[in-house]
Amino acid sequence: MLKKNAETIVSIKDVHKSFGQLEVLKGVSLDVKKGEVICVIGPSGSGKSTLIRCINGLNDIQGGQINVCGIDLTDPKLDKLELRKRVGMVFQQYNLFPHKTALENIIMAPTLVLKQDKAASEKRAFELMQKVRLEGKEHAYPGELSGGQQQRVAIARSLAMNPDVMLFDEVTAALDPETVKEVLVTIKDLAQEGMTCILVTHEMGFAREVADHIYFTDNGVIVEHGSPKTFFNKAKDPRTKEFLSQIL
Amino acid sequence: MASKRPSTIPGINRHGNTDLPVLKPFAPSQPIAFHTSAWLANMPAWTGFVLLLPLMLWPFASHAAGSFTMTDAFSALIRWMPFLLKSGFLFNVIISLFAMLIGTFLGIILGLGQISKNRFIKRISWFFTQLFRNSPWLVLLFIVLLAFPFEVTIFGVIIPIPDWMKAVIGLSLPIMANISEIVRGAVLSVPTAQWEAAESLAFSRQQILWRIILPQCFKRMIPPWMNWYAILTMATPLCSLLGVEEIITLSRQAMEAENNHPELLVPFYSFALGLFFFYCYPIARVTMYLERRYSVKI
Repeated sequence: MLKKNAETIVSIKDVHKSFGQLEVLKGVSLDVKKGEVICVIGPSGSGKSTLIRCINGLNDIQGGQINVCGIDLTDPKLDKLELRKRVGMVFQQYNLFPHKTALENIIMAPTLVLKQDKAASEKRAFELMQKVRLEGKEHAYPGELSGGQQQRVAIARSLAMNPDVMLFDEVTAALDPETVKEVLVTIKDLAQEGMTCILVTHEMGFAREVADHIYFTDNGVIVEHGSPKTFFNKAKDPRTKEFLSQIL
Repeated sequence: MASKRPSTIPGINRHGNTDLPVLKPFAPSQPIAFHTSAWLANMPAWTGFVLLLPLMLWPFASHAAGSFTMTDAFSALIRWMPFLLKSGFLFNVIISLFAMLIGTFLGIILGLGQISKNRFIKRISWFFTQLFRNSPWLVLLFIVLLAFPFEVTIFGVIIPIPDWMKAVIGLSLPIMANISEIVRGAVLSVPTAQWEAAESLAFSRQQILWRIILPQCFKRMIPPWMNWYAILTMATPLCSLLGVEEIITLSRQAMEAENNHPELLVPFYSFALGLFFFYCYPIARVTMYLERRYSVKI
């Protein structure tokens, strides 16, 4: 899947981020090429989520450079809406809009933000529901769907904006082991279609299977990174080894 | 320990089956924000008839002394009743409706101002909310009455401002401030995750507020809003101090017309009390019903 000569779509250079006195990111750099799937793993509080929240401007950074699809995030005149049209994001707690049906959740952003025609967005929404294997649930409210189903609607909702990059923030952490699978299958489909994906995850098996590159973060820095094979089998850093020994 | 009876936790209709120490709920399950409505709605419906009881029983307990008996007082009330109802209480209702309308409209604007990103608007909205929320209603009424001119001239047209209109404005001020707090509280009660999800879909702040956040908290605003309407209605007799011709003013005038016999006091005021009860009681019951219904969701 790895495209050797593909253009870099997300470039993060020496990023620093603090919440008040607490420095969460202490100089993180990574590059993501178009069509690449990367997984960020690491213990809680290591800054994984903060890192990907910086990519779509939900968190502002205090130092370094982030460039997404040619948009410079440190530019004071940055148009966040323009950036977010290119970057989709899926959250741990699904965060569907509870007062809207699955279909309405999906077509809301295309019709209101991209000003697309309603019929066209609906047609696309039906296709997306099919893609996430939820045909027939179009008119269900989030409260009537299971966690896994809600998460797949959330993925469809992000995809409806035709993003260039998808961010997944621990999307299976709130699900039970069985429903985790249905969500992971959806993400895997996406990855195989060539969508650029950045995942924060605790699903090691999934990371090993799907990722092109794995980054291990601890305490605000990237401790180690490499292809899944070398990362899981030949980890060099003692911190990585310790982490892997506890979960594998 | 084993013989101890399992205790009930307020808000949970099941008995616990354990003797082990259990965690009591952190928040009191009684909706504390609805003192007035809760208090009113918890009364049995026959309370209203008890309030009217003096009206019904007094004529029989005729004090023989004096020429003016309770029977006379009662028949005086019967005579005045249609007038008190149509020219008096109806006016209280009209004042309360107008004050609620204006208060709600301004309150929503002020409430949205309180959550504005603009620091200046935020501060100003907060200031006016707190000012009018914490002022005695009567003081506000007097200020409006004395500060407002009795007529205004707009483009050469003289528009009179009658006292009842000033009363409406005066009463709408504290309502505005309280609605402002309701709006602010309701918007803040929506989890920030909803904002983030919407932001990540490239919605603008305006769109998020109007399309995603407010529709979600609209339902939550209705019970406290109705609570304030009931409070407002019960506060309308304050206008009688300004000489507005509402039920209390007219009751006093009617009693004067009946030569101010002290026997008139209980029947006339009981009648007014009963009217307020029968108007506000259903509102309070519906408020508490909606509050229970909506608080279960989410």
